[in-house]
Amino acid sequence: MAILFEAGEAEALMKRELAGEFPDARGRFGPYGGRYVPETLVPALDRLAAGVTRWLRDPDFLAELNAQLSQWVGRPTPLSPAPTLSSRWGAQVWFKREDLAHTGAHKINNAIGQALLAKRLGAKRIVAETGAGQHGVATAAACARLGLPCTVYMGAVDCERQAPNVGRMKLLGATVVPVTGGDQTLRAAIDEALRDWVADPNGTYYLIGSAIGPHPYPYMVRELQSVIGREAREQMIRQAGGLPDAVFACVGGGSNSIGMFHPFIADRDVRLIGVEAGGRGPALGDNSATLTLGRPGVLQGCYSMLLQDENGQIQETHSVSAGLDYPGVAPEHAFLMSAGRVQYDSATDDEALESLAECCETEGILAAIESAHAFCGARKWAAKNPGSRILVCLSGRGDKDMPTLQRTLLKGKL
Amino acid sequence: MTTANGTGATGHETIGAAIRAAKARGEPALVAFMTAGFPERARFTADLARVASAADVVEIGVPFTDPMADGMTIQRASHAALVQGVSLRWILEELTAMQPRPAAPLLLMSYLNPLLAYGLDRLPGAARAAGVAGFIVPDLPFEECADLKSALQAEGVGLVQMVTPVTPPERIAMLCREAQGFIYAVTMTGTTGKAVSVPDEVLDYLRLVKSLAPIPVCAGFGIRGREQVERLRDQVDGVIVGSALVEVLERGEDPVAFLRGLRLAG
Repeated sequence: MAILFEAGEAEALMKRELAGEFPDARGRFGPYGGRYVPETLVPALDRLAAGVTRWLRDPDFLAELNAQLSQWVGRPTPLSPAPTLSSRWGAQVWFKREDLAHTGAHKINNAIGQALLAKRLGAKRIVAETGAGQHGVATAAACARLGLPCTVYMGAVDCERQAPNVGRMKLLGATVVPVTGGDQTLRAAIDEALRDWVADPNGTYYLIGSAIGPHPYPYMVRELQSVIGREAREQMIRQAGGLPDAVFACVGGGSNSIGMFHPFIADRDVRLIGVEAGGRGPALGDNSATLTLGRPGVLQGCYSMLLQDENGQIQETHSVSAGLDYPGVAPEHAFLMSAGRVQYDSATDDEALESLAECCETEGILAAIESAHAFCGARKWAAKNPGSRILVCLSGRGDKDMPTLQRTLLKGKL
Repeated sequence: MTTANGTGATGHETIGAAIRAAKARGEPALVAFMTAGFPERARFTADLARVASAADVVEIGVPFTDPMADGMTIQRASHAALVQGVSLRWILEELTAMQPRPAAPLLLMSYLNPLLAYGLDRLPGAARAAGVAGFIVPDLPFEECADLKSALQAEGVGLVQMVTPVTPPERIAMLCREAQGFIYAVTMTGTTGKAVSVPDEVLDYLRLVKSLAPIPVCAGFGIRGREQVERLRDQVDGVIVGSALVEVLERGEDPVAFLRGLRLAG
């Protein structure tokens, strides 16, 4: 259960959100967020916060970032109509094509932005964590582009299920360290990246891949990913003739979704719906549906919703998609849920795989299993809201998922 | 304010007094760390009694699934304790029932989330009843500590602050003013348990901390042997021995002999 705001309180907090007051000076989105780290990292986070305030508003920095986004990342990414799905679902369906961004997912928007910032801040090396491998690949590519040494921590389980991405990172010059401690997935990789950073907080820059962690990361990642929603909003007006009735994005840590949703928050008539990984079912340990099934707590630097037991121990999670397999979530999502502005739902492993197959067959797009969770949410919503205009964030492409798809959708078919 | 030991001193004052008493004997106080319920849950209070008999202060680690400030030894110990069902509730129950109570003041070292899950309303009273004099919370920097600190204060239980070699001098001064029990001076950047030599600049940093601290200063992280204790003795009031002691317990060796071996007079 998330923190419930009283009606007047929710309204007052939403007013502050719309006025751009969150995160506040303490790095909070209402009650969520903050900075829960070992003392060793406090000076580094102070420097980072000062750097974010300075550079993310600096015209020269923004010009450099925008040049990389247009000339190297391939932005703006297209908005594609999905005509066959539209007629099947009885809705007007549009895809924001982050799968067409360089390295195959939205992760690159954040990676190149933070790598440019790390350079300005004088970092000697970059460390990153990765779950599905998409953030690791994006970070390896950005570091190669900017000439920064890069080490990526990746859970041993994820190294196996996302093997193609391990090879890509190595080709891009990164050192990939498989993490055998903890749950051997994204959470363990973050713990290990934090330990690396604690050992050298002055020379090392931790390039976190989602809108999680201590302040200022949730803010910085949201700012860098909001390019998705800004472009999509304009494209909807221009190509689809108006704002969408509903916007869907998958939520693991929550970076593609916060980037997609944030520019629409002031559009009160636009429904925003995040779709979490329902996994095998609602029991603790069988899913990664943090917002829909978790409770507030502190993990890896911030106060947000968590999947935890009654003793405050973090639970192992499950999802068929490595990129959603995380027991925490962006504090801003927890806030938007408590405030009632964004609705969160979940799709099971089987539903997501079914939606992935449907998108392949009808639109000729092999999406990431993560993104397929958003399709599933959109399909269910379209069934109840016929004729509506729907925007779906297609956050990444599915090539990386071939080992998983061989074991599931393709089992017995080859 | 009354306290568990009935002397009228608050919990954190008993910690400071124990450290000063050791220092008055001419050697740095020994603050011994052990993970609760490791290596064996059934031996927790027996191990604690032995460790407490040879240490001046004991830090009891509450296991957590994500110990981000800890190295391999304490990660391994935490995991093994969790597998055996060790929880904060169980630790407090065991300490409350323990007879006789250890003479050395006890601290709990816990990441924040198990404390939040227990409930900041119930924690201070339960801690005091269990004879816990203070807390060390490695993922709770000063800016986030107000709620916990004031809740603990109501029961005379202290909250220890950490300082590190990368903490700016003005922040060290602020943290020293706010600290209770002792100042936990981390000797290096990094996680717990890696053996370190103590370079001259670390001695300079410890001298700075000592000059600013109104309460005792203890050095921790990477302290494994008597040579390090010898090198630190003039700079600090106490040393914290964690991973090395956990490994002694893990190997089934005698913690009393190990701790006595660290004593300079020993």
